[in-house]
Amino acid sequence: MKTLRIQKSITGTTLGINMQNVQHRYDQSSTAAVLSIPHWQVKQGDRVFLHGDSGSGKTTLLNLLSGILTPTEGTIELLEQPFSTLSARRRDAFRARHIGVVFQQFNLVPYLSVLKNIQLANYFAAKRDKHIEETANTLLAKLNLPANVLHKPANTLSVGQQQRVAIARALINQPELLLVDEPTSALDASARDAFMDILLNMCENAGASLVFVSHDMSLQRFFSTSIDMPSLCQGKVNASC
Amino acid sequence: MLISLAWSSLCSRKKSVILTFISLLISISVLISVEHIRQQAKTSFNRTISGADLIVGGPSGQLNLLLYSVFHMGDPTSNIDYQSYEMLKNDQQVAWAIPISLGDSHRGFRVLGTNGDYFTHYQFGDKKSLEFTAGKPFAGMFDTVIGADVAKNLGYQVGDKIIVAHGIGHTSFSHHDHSPFVISGILKPTGTPVDKTVHVTLPAIEAIHLPPSQLAKILDGEEESVQPDSVTAVILGLKTKFATFKLQRDVNNYQADRLMAILPGVALAELWQMMGTVESVLRVISVLVLLSSLFGLSTMLLASMNERKGEIAVLRALGAGPSVIFALVLLEALMLVLIAIASAISLVSGALALFSDELAAHYGLFLSANLLSWETLQIAVIIALASIVTSAIPAFDAYKSALQSRLSG
Repeated sequence: MKTLRIQKSITGTTLGINMQNVQHRYDQSSTAAVLSIPHWQVKQGDRVFLHGDSGSGKTTLLNLLSGILTPTEGTIELLEQPFSTLSARRRDAFRARHIGVVFQQFNLVPYLSVLKNIQLANYFAAKRDKHIEETANTLLAKLNLPANVLHKPANTLSVGQQQRVAIARALINQPELLLVDEPTSALDASARDAFMDILLNMCENAGASLVFVSHDMSLQRFFSTSIDMPSLCQGKVNASC
Repeated sequence: MLISLAWSSLCSRKKSVILTFISLLISISVLISVEHIRQQAKTSFNRTISGADLIVGGPSGQLNLLLYSVFHMGDPTSNIDYQSYEMLKNDQQVAWAIPISLGDSHRGFRVLGTNGDYFTHYQFGDKKSLEFTAGKPFAGMFDTVIGADVAKNLGYQVGDKIIVAHGIGHTSFSHHDHSPFVISGILKPTGTPVDKTVHVTLPAIEAIHLPPSQLAKILDGEEESVQPDSVTAVILGLKTKFATFKLQRDVNNYQADRLMAILPGVALAELWQMMGTVESVLRVISVLVLLSSLFGLSTMLLASMNERKGEIAVLRALGAGPSVIFALVLLEALMLVLIAIASAISLVSGALALFSDELAAHYGLFLSANLLSWETLQIAVIIALASIVTSAIPAFDAYKSALQSRLSG
């Protein structure tokens, strides 16, 4: 963390994401790559809207960026540090400390309270924050969530509330990179707009890079940078993405 | 944090967890009580008599003689002549001889006719002699010394008058109304059948079986003494242990009366040999029952894996490695088993405390309700290890699921 901050101040801008010649195949023997990205860089602090039809490799890309999958070929660097070449254990630790993730649904452990869910993220990041309850409360207030949800089991909250708790959970460790996958598909239009405002606002305040994946083009207006999957995959050899 | 997570996870699946817990509780209780009773029965029997070299009685099986003379279980088959007792007592090699006469009861407790030698020479446990809480041994013919449990259960004090009946049932129809026995002493608790015995003098036993008219004469002091003509058995202590086998042979070949002499240790060994098979069968059954409930536990965890795929994906996204997921499932199993072990120990302790009197009365088993021994600890560790082994199956399933888990909506 400290070394990262220093780097940032010297160079002015750092690269949040740097992918070179990345290819991914689920089946090692098959010749067809599911995903092939010759070159892609995202500056630290940028907010990127990635869109594409289902099956275009969006989810695979997120899995690669979070380190759950590793590319078959090529390298991924995050925060100007090698990432895809790390051991599985160190990728897990890196994800816990530097990456926040928000899914479409099922972001929370259903039987745990909201506070426990947030504490869990803190626990896996090996950051023992003694004031976690206060921090969580502040975050929840910013997300327009009532304070009394803190001790409620996650599965008693509405979907919209759960998605907002997911943001709080994703941001609790002050990650440099936020990966978000179709977070609004279960929300109605007004809740969706409110959610987007809150998300972008929080992201800006935290100074985190955001990769936002969706097939809903109407969300494009919230972002300055918009990339569609096929153009990202240009130069691919023989892929469906 | 992991422990709290595992606990919350268990709580979220209350129904199946409670059912699994009950099955574990029952099987662990069975295993613990079988082991406990096995050990306690052995110590309880072994400590009942010590220091005695030979027991002489009417010819029957050696086990039979041991059971009725020492453990007061079953009925004596035949008596031996009083002259035989005197012959044994006067033998060169014999240090002491305790005559015992059984067959009567007092409100469900066995009555044992003997003499003062019983209180000086009878030993139990680690060569401990009998001691009095109150009062003293026999002075007069109708003096009675009662065991600690008799005093406790019937609320008797020194000086109380009691009635001794013929036969060993609770309610005997031929109550010996004319025989006013007086309690002269109460013994300290021994944890042996002595606690449940009413001790009277040999002449008194003889007297209560006399016709009422004759008994009245004795009570009035007109007839001085009654000479007993038979006893049930004689417990012998020898001057030197080397004489044991020779005396046993002599007794068995005695011409004037039909006698049989046994070595208590040998007879006990025969008892353990007989019990050995039963013990092993019980042990095997309880281990199998435990195994089946441990597999029930792993089945429960395995069945929950499908619904927990989403939860595992969330934990993975938070940075939990597959090994953490593996540990989490193991921890859940281990917590459940440890709670079941603790509950089983308290359950069995409670049950023993509750039923120890019954067990002692009906089976002569004096069981301690204290389960916290080295052996119980060993059993607990073995159960915990076994649960880890069986739970490794669902834990490995979770591990694989965590490896394959993807971020997806």
